[in-house]
Amino acid sequence: MADTPILLREQQYHQIKAVLARLRMDASAKVVFLVDKDGQEIASQGEVGNLDTTSLASLAAGNVAATGGMAQLIGEKEFPTLSHEGEKESIHISVVGRLLLVVVFDDRSSLGLVKLRSKQVSHQLAAMFEEIAAGDFDDDSPFAGITDEDIDSLFS
Amino acid sequence: MTFINYASREINCKIVYYGPGLCGKTTNLQYIFDSTAPQARGKLISLATETDRTLFFDFMPLELGTVRGFKTRFHLYTVPGQVFYDASRKLILKGVDGVVFVADSQEERMDANIESLYNLEENLQSQGYDLMKIPYVLQLNKRDLGNIVPVEDLAAELQRKGEPVVEAVAATGVGVFDTLKAVAKQVLTELRKG
Repeated sequence: MADTPILLREQQYHQIKAVLARLRMDASAKVVFLVDKDGQEIASQGEVGNLDTTSLASLAAGNVAATGGMAQLIGEKEFPTLSHEGEKESIHISVVGRLLLVVVFDDRSSLGLVKLRSKQVSHQLAAMFEEIAAGDFDDDSPFAGITDEDIDSLFS
Repeated sequence: MTFINYASREINCKIVYYGPGLCGKTTNLQYIFDSTAPQARGKLISLATETDRTLFFDFMPLELGTVRGFKTRFHLYTVPGQVFYDASRKLILKGVDGVVFVADSQEERMDANIESLYNLEENLQSQGYDLMKIPYVLQLNKRDLGNIVPVEDLAAELQRKGEPVVEAVAATGVGVFDTLKAVAKQVLTELRKG
């Protein structure tokens, strides 16, 4: 049995985008995005441009999963934050429940500022996501009526 | 875990290709990548060793089209097949919506297939999934080679629950899209159940 799907409603999506936009500004970051621990990108905000956010989301989740595995081997539950500092661009990832808050920044900001601002919005994002995770299909779910023909048409 | 975004009208699902070392999991993804229009897919990310063995995972997002006004996006992953990368395999199964088991049809790889399938069941269980309930397809790969086990014998040994069995030659693309279609269909059918 697979997990229950996560349903993100339009209003919730815009609320998340607003939180990310504020974080991006407060942390002087280039891009901020929210990823689920399985590697699905939920929302992003900032100078996305040509940045391949889908791949970045998947790799961020892989990164957290791998370091989480290491944490358990040494008796820790997980490492709640990860930072990778490059010559010009850096990445900070914080684990917020089942979400990852990923901030990409350059020398217009600093790791300390990004850490501080990320921590400040963590609780808010966690609470928002709890509400999302508790959501369920409406009776008029658009997927209840998916036919075999609909599915076959994807491959024709 | 399927992720449905009503704002961007997208459905995102995660498919994992599992199987013993060198069975052709990455080759499946590579073929899909090579034969799909660039606008329908993202980059093929391969975290491999210097000798092209998968170290952590391969990843490729693929957009299949629209169902009921929602874009369907499949995130395709492979696991490293080599026995000692078990910790990585477990991690990649997190949040999986559908699994393809790629079996190597060569006689000398039969034991490796059985071991890997057993490992899949065990690792799914450790993540809270049950192979008997999850969308699942068995692909019998390398059907073009000389020393292969007959399909009936492979199915008798490896088929678990009446799942679709697809004969394939991933290197030339035979059966690759049939496999993907078979698993995608089951994943979308699960959505219908809500």
